[in-house]
Amino acid sequence: MTIGIVSAAYIVAAVLFILSLGGLSGQESAKRAVWYGIAGMALAVIATVFGPGVGNWFIILSMIAGGSILGYYVASRVQMTEMPQLVAALHSFVGLAAVFIGLNAHVEAVRVAGLDETARTALTGFAAILAHKEPVELVIMKVEVFIGVFIGAVTFTGSVIAFGKLAGKVDGKARKLPGGHFLNAGAAILSLILFLMYLSGADVRILVLMTAVAFFIGYHLIMGIGGADMPVVVSMLNSYSGWAAAAIGFTLGNDLLIVTGALVGSSGAILSYIMCKAMNRSFISVILGGFGATTGPQMEIIGEQTAIEAEGVAAALNEAGTVIIVPGYGMAVAQAQAAVAELTRKLRAAGKQVRFAIHPVAGRLPGHMNVLLAEAKVPYDIVLEMDEINADFANTDVVIVIGSNDVVNPAAQEDPNSPIAGMPVLEVWKAKQVFVSKRGQGTGYSGIENPLFYKENTRMFYGDAKKSIDKLLPSLV
Amino acid sequence: MRIGTPREIVSGEARVAMTPESAIQLQKLGHECLIEAGSGKAAGFSDDAYREVGVAVVDTPDALYAVADIIAKVRPPEPVEIEWLTAEKTLISFFYPTQNKDLLEVARDKGANIIAMDMVPRISRAQKMDALSSMANIAGYRALIEAGNNFGRFFTGQITAAGKVPPAQVLVIGAGVAGLSAIGTATSLGAITYAFDVRPEVAEQIESMGAEFVFLDFADQQQDGAATGGYAAPSSPEFREKQLEKFRELAPKIDIVITTALIPGRDAPKLWLADMVAAMKPGSVIVDLAAERGGNCDLTVADHRVVSDNGVIVIGYTDFPSRMATQASTLYATNIRHMMTDLTPAKDGILVHNMEDDVIRGATVTYHGEITYPPPPSKIQAISAQKPKEKAKELSPEEKRGKEVANFNAQTKNQVALLAIGTMIMLLVGAYAPASFMSHFIVFVLACFVGFQVIWNVSHSLHTPLMSVTNAVSGIVLLGALLQIGSGNWLVVLLSALSVLIATVNIVGGFLVTRRMLAMFQKS
Repeated sequence: MTIGIVSAAYIVAAVLFILSLGGLSGQESAKRAVWYGIAGMALAVIATVFGPGVGNWFIILSMIAGGSILGYYVASRVQMTEMPQLVAALHSFVGLAAVFIGLNAHVEAVRVAGLDETARTALTGFAAILAHKEPVELVIMKVEVFIGVFIGAVTFTGSVIAFGKLAGKVDGKARKLPGGHFLNAGAAILSLILFLMYLSGADVRILVLMTAVAFFIGYHLIMGIGGADMPVVVSMLNSYSGWAAAAIGFTLGNDLLIVTGALVGSSGAILSYIMCKAMNRSFISVILGGFGATTGPQMEIIGEQTAIEAEGVAAALNEAGTVIIVPGYGMAVAQAQAAVAELTRKLRAAGKQVRFAIHPVAGRLPGHMNVLLAEAKVPYDIVLEMDEINADFANTDVVIVIGSNDVVNPAAQEDPNSPIAGMPVLEVWKAKQVFVSKRGQGTGYSGIENPLFYKENTRMFYGDAKKSIDKLLPSLV
Repeated sequence: MRIGTPREIVSGEARVAMTPESAIQLQKLGHECLIEAGSGKAAGFSDDAYREVGVAVVDTPDALYAVADIIAKVRPPEPVEIEWLTAEKTLISFFYPTQNKDLLEVARDKGANIIAMDMVPRISRAQKMDALSSMANIAGYRALIEAGNNFGRFFTGQITAAGKVPPAQVLVIGAGVAGLSAIGTATSLGAITYAFDVRPEVAEQIESMGAEFVFLDFADQQQDGAATGGYAAPSSPEFREKQLEKFRELAPKIDIVITTALIPGRDAPKLWLADMVAAMKPGSVIVDLAAERGGNCDLTVADHRVVSDNGVIVIGYTDFPSRMATQASTLYATNIRHMMTDLTPAKDGILVHNMEDDVIRGATVTYHGEITYPPPPSKIQAISAQKPKEKAKELSPEEKRGKEVANFNAQTKNQVALLAIGTMIMLLVGAYAPASFMSHFIVFVLACFVGFQVIWNVSHSLHTPLMSVTNAVSGIVLLGALLQIGSGNWLVVLLSALSVLIATVNIVGGFLVTRRMLAMFQKS
C-alpha cells in the first residue's frame, strides 16, 4: 500500500470515529455507531500494518492476537457494577502505551542521529521520518515527546490508583502524603526543570527521571481524591489518555492519532465539566480534593429519623399512583439493580407510573446508574435525568431513594452555609412520601448531615438495599 | 367595655355582626356583650342562643346605643343610628368613607371613633380581620351557585345512556377573592373555567384553582398590583380595547359569566357590553358582582334579575353575602372578634385605640373628633414580598428581546476576545514552528472543535458507553507502536510490542464492552 492509500484510509477512519461518537446521542443510533467505531479502527490498523515501513510482522500478529484474546476475555467477564474499574484500567493501558511509544521515539531519534548519510537514506518507516527532520523540527519533537510521556505517565499511575479505589483494593478515602499540595507543586516544578534540561541536553536519563516524577504525580493526585469524586477523576483520566494519544500523534506525524486523540480528549474534558457542574464545584477544587471552606455554622437539623418496616413501604406503594426511584452508588454496592427492576415490573404491572431519576454524579462513573438499570432490563425511556424530572416530584406520591445521599440533600438549597450549597439536587422531599433505603444512620461521602432524613414525610427503610427490596416484593399486590 | 350589636335596619340585610360563638370569644377578652332582640333571627341565631352564652338581650336600639361603649354592626350606620352615637363611643362596621363623606362628617361632629372594616389594610397580619375578603369569598361562591340556579344545564360534562352532556363553560372576569372563590366553585362542580384579570401576577393563582388564564398579548399589560395594595388599577384605553376584543371572541362559547371587576374608588368598568350579551347563547347566565357600583355588564340592573332579548339572564343582586346570612355572619363576627383582639391587647376589657398600629390606624376613619381618612401610606407594603420574583418572570416581550440582545452581545464580545487571544497564540506558534508542525496543528485544533460539538449532543444516559468507546478509540496509539516496531533497536521493538499488546486489549475490550452495554438498553 502506498502512503496515499494509507492516508485515505486514515481519513475514512477519522470520519467513522466522529460518527461513532456522534451516534451516542440516542440509544438506538448508538447500537449502529459502535460498529462505525469498530470498522474505523479495523481500517486504520490494517492500513498501517500493510502500509510502508512496518516490519516484524510475526511480533505484530502475535501481539494483536494476544491482546485481542485478553480484551475479549475481560470484556465478556466484567460485571456491569465493575464498569468504573474496567474503564479506569483501560485508561491506564493507553497511558502506559503512550509512555512506551514516547520513549521509543527518543531512542529512535538518538539512533538515527548517530547514523551516517548513506544509512539514513536506507531507513524506512518512522526512522525515515526522523531522518528527514530539520533541527527545528527535532526540537519541536522533543517537546512533543516530553509532553506525551508526561501525560501518559500521569494517566497511567492515576488510572491504576483510580482502578484500585473503584475496585476496593485501595482505601477509597482521600489520602495525602505529608506535605500535601506542596508535594504536587514541587513535583510539577521539578518536571518543568527537567523539561528545560531535556530541551538543552536530550539525555534519556532525564526522560526516565521525568517519567518517574510524573508517575508520582499521577499516584499522589488521585490518592488525594475521595470515592464520590471518581466520576470526575475517571472522565479526567479519559481526557488525559486522549491528549496523550494526540501528543504521540504529533511526535509520529500521524494525523489520525492527532484527530482521535483530540476527539477523546475533548470528550473527557466535557464529561469532567458536566460532572463538576452537577456538583457545583470547580474542577480545580475536585482535583485538589476536599470540599471548599464553609462560611458559617451549618443549619441545625430539627426532628428525628423515623424508621419504617417493609410492610409500611409496601402499603404506601400499593396506594401510590406515581412512584419515582432515585438510585445511587449504594444500589451498585448492594447489587440491588435486579431487585429494583423486579420492583419496577411489579409496580408497572399494577398500573402505576414508575420512573427513575438519575443525578449526573450518581454512582462512580458518568452514566453508571443508566447502565446498571439497563442491565437489569429497566426500559431506558422511564429512566430520566435530573433536569427532566425535577419538576415532577411535587406531583409524586412515593419516592424511593436507594443508596443515594448527597444528591438528594435539601441542605444544598436550604442552607447557604452547607458545604454543598448551590449543588443541583433532586428535590425528592417535595413528594408526598419519601422512603430512604440505607444501611445505617451514617452520613454520605461529603460527611454532611442530610436534613431529608429528618423531614416529616421521610421514612427510613434501614438495611441492605437488595435484602430490603426483596423483603418488599412479596407484600406488593 | 360593653360591646353591643344592633339589628341591621336596612331592609333585606340578614347578617349580624355578633354570633353566640364570637360572643364567647369577646367575653374572654374581658368585654361584656349586648345584642338587640331579634338581631340574629334572619341569620339563624335566636335570642335564646345569645342568652345561653351570657349575652344581654336589649329590647330597643336606642337603649343598646345608650349602654354600649362599642357598637359592632355590618352595614354603615343609617342617619338615625349615627344620631345615637356620642363622643367616646366606638363604632365598628363597614363604612365606605369615600362614598359616605356626609356620614363621615356627621360622625366627626358627634366625636365618635369609627373603625371601618372595609378600610383594614391588606397586609398578612390583618388578613384575619379582612371582612371584605371574607364577604367576597361568600359572594363569589354564591354568585356561581346563583348562576347554576338560573342555568338550565349541568356544570359537569356527562355521558349518560340518555345522551351526552357537554360541560358548562364558565368565564370569571376579575380574579380577586370573589373571582377566585367563583373559580374554585366552578371547577369543583366540573365546569370548564376560564378566568381573566388585568394583573398578570394572578395567573398563577388562577391556574392553581384549576382554571385557564385568559392570556392577553399586550405589551404594557404590566399592572403593578403591589402599588395599589393588591387591587386592580384602571387600564389604558388601548388595553381596554384589546380586552374587549378578547371577550367578544369568547362570548359565543361561554355559558356563564361571573364579573367581579372593581377598581377602588371608581365606578365599575364596563367590560361585558350589550353586543357580547347578544352574542351569547339563549339560556346563558351573567352574574354581575359589581352591580352595586354600576355593574360590569351593560344590561345589569342592580338588585334585579333581567332577561335580555335573546334570552340571556343577567343577575345584578348586590346582597349575595346576605343571602348566605349564617355563613356570612359567622365569618364577619370572627373578623370583628379579631379586630377586638387587636384593640384589647391586654385582654382585660380595656380598649386601647393604638393609632401607631398600622392596621388600626388604617381602619380608623374618625378619631377624637377628627377625620383620619385617608390614612397615611402603610409602613408595610401590602404584597411586596412576592414582587421581585414575579417581576423576573413576567418580562414583556420587549424586555425579553432587550435581554436576549444584551446576552447575545456579551457572548459575542467574549467569543471575539477568546478568538483574538487564540489567534495571537496561533500566530506566535506559527512564527517559530516549522510548516510540518503547523499542518498537524490545524488538524489537531479542528479535531478538538469537532469533538466538542459532537460530544455535547451525547445523551446523559449514555455517558458510560461514551467512556468505554472513547477508551477503545484511544487505543489508536496502537498505530504509533506499529510504526515503530520495525525499528532496528531491540529496546524499541520490545517496548512497541508491549504497546501493541496493551493497546489491542484496549481496543477489543473497549468495543466489546460497549456493545454489550448498548445491547442492554431497551425501550419499554
